Amino acid sequence: MENVYLTIVLAPLVGAIVAGFFGGRIGRVGAHSVTIAGVGLSTLLSLWVLGRFIWADEPVFDGAVYTWLVSDGMRFEVGFLVDKLTAMMMATVTFVSLMVHIYTIGYMADDAHNWPEGALTGRNSYQRFFSYISLFTFSMLMLVMANNFMQLFFGWEAVGLVSYLLIGFWSTRDSATFAGLKAFLVNRVGDFGFLLGIAAVAMYFGTLDYAEVFAAAPGLAGTEVALFGGVSLMTLVCVLLFIGAMGKSAQVPFHVWLPDSMEGPTPISALIHAATMVTAGIFMVARMSPLYELSEVALSFVLIVGATTAFFMGLVGLVQNDIKRVVAYSTLSQLGYMVTALGASAYAAGVFHLMTHAFFKALLFLAAGSVIIAVHHNQDIRQMGGIRKYMPITWLTALIGSLALIGFPGFSGFFSKDAIIAAVNQTELFGGGYAALLLTLGVLVTALYSFRMYFLVFHGKPRMDDHTREHLHETPKVVTIPLVMLAIPSVFIGWFAIEPMLINDWFASGDWSPIMVAPEHDTLAHLREHWHGQGAFVMHALGTPTLMLALGGLVFAALVWWAIAARKPDIDAKLLALGGPLTRLLQNKYGFDDFNQRFLAGGARLLGQTFWNRGDQTLIDDGMVNGSARSVGRMAGVLRLLQTGYLYHYAIAMIVGLVGLMTIFVTL
Amino acid sequence: MHFDAANLLPILPEIAVLLTAAIVLVVDLYIDERHREVIHGLTLIGLVVAIALTGVVGGGATELVFAGNVVRDPLADLLKGAILVVSLLVFIYARPWLRDRGMLVGEFYMLGLFSILGMLVMVAANSFVTVYLGLELLALSLYALVAFDRDSSRGAEAAMKYFVLGALGSGMLLYGISMVYGATGSVEFGAVAEALATQGMENKVLVFGLVFMVIGIGFKFGAVPFHMWLPDVYEGAPTPVVLLLGSAPKIAAFGLAIRLLVDGLGSLQADWQGMLLILAVLSIGLGNVVAIAQRNIKRMLAYSTISHVGFIFLGLLAGTEQGYAAAMFYTITYAVMATGAFGILIILSRKGFDAERIEDLKGLNERDSWYAAMMALVMFSMAGVPPLVGFMGKLLVLEAVVRIGFVWLAVVAVIFSIIGAFYYLRVVRYIYFDKPEEDAPALASSGGVRVAMSLNGLALLALGVFPATLLALCQSVFGA
Repeated sequence: MENVYLTIVLAPLVGAIVAGFFGGRIGRVGAHSVTIAGVGLSTLLSLWVLGRFIWADEPVFDGAVYTWLVSDGMRFEVGFLVDKLTAMMMATVTFVSLMVHIYTIGYMADDAHNWPEGALTGRNSYQRFFSYISLFTFSMLMLVMANNFMQLFFGWEAVGLVSYLLIGFWSTRDSATFAGLKAFLVNRVGDFGFLLGIAAVAMYFGTLDYAEVFAAAPGLAGTEVALFGGVSLMTLVCVLLFIGAMGKSAQVPFHVWLPDSMEGPTPISALIHAATMVTAGIFMVARMSPLYELSEVALSFVLIVGATTAFFMGLVGLVQNDIKRVVAYSTLSQLGYMVTALGASAYAAGVFHLMTHAFFKALLFLAAGSVIIAVHHNQDIRQMGGIRKYMPITWLTALIGSLALIGFPGFSGFFSKDAIIAAVNQTELFGGGYAALLLTLGVLVTALYSFRMYFLVFHGKPRMDDHTREHLHETPKVVTIPLVMLAIPSVFIGWFAIEPMLINDWFASGDWSPIMVAPEHDTLAHLREHWHGQGAFVMHALGTPTLMLALGGLVFAALVWWAIAARKPDIDAKLLALGGPLTRLLQNKYGFDDFNQRFLAGGARLLGQTFWNRGDQTLIDDGMVNGSARSVGRMAGVLRLLQTGYLYHYAIAMIVGLVGLMTIFVTL
Repeated sequence: MHFDAANLLPILPEIAVLLTAAIVLVVDLYIDERHREVIHGLTLIGLVVAIALTGVVGGGATELVFAGNVVRDPLADLLKGAILVVSLLVFIYARPWLRDRGMLVGEFYMLGLFSILGMLVMVAANSFVTVYLGLELLALSLYALVAFDRDSSRGAEAAMKYFVLGALGSGMLLYGISMVYGATGSVEFGAVAEALATQGMENKVLVFGLVFMVIGIGFKFGAVPFHMWLPDVYEGAPTPVVLLLGSAPKIAAFGLAIRLLVDGLGSLQADWQGMLLILAVLSIGLGNVVAIAQRNIKRMLAYSTISHVGFIFLGLLAGTEQGYAAAMFYTITYAVMATGAFGILIILSRKGFDAERIEDLKGLNERDSWYAAMMALVMFSMAGVPPLVGFMGKLLVLEAVVRIGFVWLAVVAVIFSIIGAFYYLRVVRYIYFDKPEEDAPALASSGGVRVAMSLNGLALLALGVFPATLLALCQSVFGA
């Protein structure tokens, strides 16, 4: 199996290298063929591996492929840990990635228009884009398949790098470079915590290998670290690692980069900033469940951060008018749901929602992209409307995505989200009540913003200019096929996967269980005990407040943005005005950006300026660097004169050396 | 002496090189002027065969042959392999230069092959006599090669200096050997080591001998203050000869040092550690500082060599298995770097023009971006920038030094490396940030050279990122 796993990882890398370095030579068709072939191969093999795990009882693989170096007994290796959790992630990542690859052919077809005339950076941009997304697939696979913290960190940073490259892909736009930089800097802060967490693991466990760390964890559960007057080691490690996850998975207050990342081309918003990379934090915490289970403080922290993100970011989505930003805030909110599930020790539910979300959110993004293509890259939903008639496939798939997102009974999102809420209701940790309340209210918010967008875009009167409307038509097959392919799991995957993943403890294989839950934290037990099949689960949900809220939101949205808006087109603006200061607060995104910009960015710049002027220029440049450079230069000038060119001088030097050594070593 | 054909088995690589040299000599006599390139082909084939034979007869337990004068052990296998591979690159790079100047003649190949034979004998020696034999064969071939361009007065001057100083250096080495022979009554390493172990260190004659021997080794490496020949020879000799002189013989010199100091005089380690320490500090310091003042790139690389020799000595003086392995790793990878650097200089040269000034590299990126990238890799590697192999080598050597408690020495070495980074990076600056000179023509090079140079440059990157294989080989030699 090792060769299969290697192939899965390396095939996208090969594609990325070929398309990246030889893009000019192999042309556009060559570039997308080679990358799709690579990712396609990975997808097929990943699905096969997943199938083996489901039906053939494939044993867990945990082994090193290459030992990079050994230092002081600590091994730095490239290795794979493939169990059912990994297999599920691999299949999800490669499948969504493949869909996005295909979709990109259509989306980037006329990318030349996005660059200024004759811009050097715009040359071969199509091939470069394919190279990046293939490279991303490789990095993400390295991340999820890692069997040690070093490789996890490698994948973590590599996906961050590609994310940065792709957000700023249209590098001639200031807003894009700004957004790229912002994503990079915010993630640096999170990654610093992550790195400290890994360092703490290395220091106290003496190894970076997952299996060894997990095995040693219970023994170290009581260890105290002399920091801030003594904290438990597990709390320290888990909180630090989670800070990394907060950066990558865009949790409050590190969420600020994700909405801005929408500056990147839409396919990567779907792939990186919705389906896969941002869920790396969720995956990581689930993978580390044996550590998190040992610290209730850390779990509470996770719970509160997640719930806060889930609710308050959803609210911001209500006042956005950019189609991609609405979906972006929705992603933040959904990530919050997953994180809350982790905090409630319902790791399986979090990962389950991760998977269903990957499909329907990628679908929503790609559908949004399809609309964006059709209206010539205008992203303002106030200038859309009535698109349903012109783009039937996009419309239908977007409707499916929205229904899945709000958790409409029977759709995949319904199962995962209801399971999360059911689990959070059971948690007894500090902050559990707060989280349960916010998540339940969040359902209403989700329904409101999803269907506000849906009705504004697809229904009502067309509000775009005449020229655009005349050219409005369904997008080509390379765009619609991925939509359909993603719509299928968005509807069905929940129904089929909930029972094995949440109820039957499918993740455990043999005596290896990737997701470990302490009995006193087992919030999914309640769900398990009252399980009578999917049908009963759906029927039971019909009476719960959660569903009332979702349907209520849906109906309210239909009333306002469809029925009333048909007669009063300015109802949306009026509603926003009605909100008064609340609307302004939401439109300012609670002021996070202003605060960061003014205090953190401004402060850092001021500090940097001071150090640069006083320290760098005066002290270091003028004094130390130029000073020592001058003296070294003088020294070199003098010493070179030793080389006179006369043979007898050289011979004398040797004799002097001989006599010198003699004197020192024979006489002493 | 009783002759046994089994004796010949372990020295098959040497025999292959010798046969090739003999064939080249004969073929050169009869071959037509137009078909001279056949010699080149024959040489390459001979070297490839020798590499293959090294692999075939290598491995397995240590074998002593020729009455204990020659040894075949993992050290010899690995060093022979490295010497042969580097030499192969040398001949590939040298061909266009020689052809353009009408100097593609049998003498170059014959002398080159004999020098390689000398190196192979050195690293496989198990007695002082064999070592000296190999050393002189190498040195005599090189003296002649330095003066190979008969019309060049600079070449003749360099050869003269090299010869006189080389004779002095060899003389000292021989004098040292004679003293050790006097004190122990044997020239064979094993017997010498045994004698030393029984009689102890009191004998002052031994220390006398040791000083002379260290000077001989220092001279062959080019360590300060026995380095004076190096810049003048590098500057004066034809570039292909410098290529030959500056790469593989360093590996052989490493073999010489290990054979003499560790195999033979291992129990005097406390004494030679101090001597090497002085030479190492002087070499690292002087080499890096004076290189800055050089405008001639061959001289600059000469001083760079001196500083690298200092680093190799750091690993040796650690006196631990780990240190020897690190020094070996450093030596082999340095030889690959040096081959790349001089290879680029040859590629930059053309009929009637030799790239000798640093300015000749100006704007290389615009003339040929691939070669520019390779040269940049070589320079970064020499400067010790991660993830290139030069960094790994320095790291390993410094680690070995720190392990024996010489932290100050590591700090000194690092400071001088930083100073040294300046002149390497200056080359990179010329390559990428300056415009080429007006009359610089496009670089013409054959496919073989391009492939060899690409392998050479990328090897620095590959070995830097994946050092484990080579390092494991080096460590297995010393059982670390």
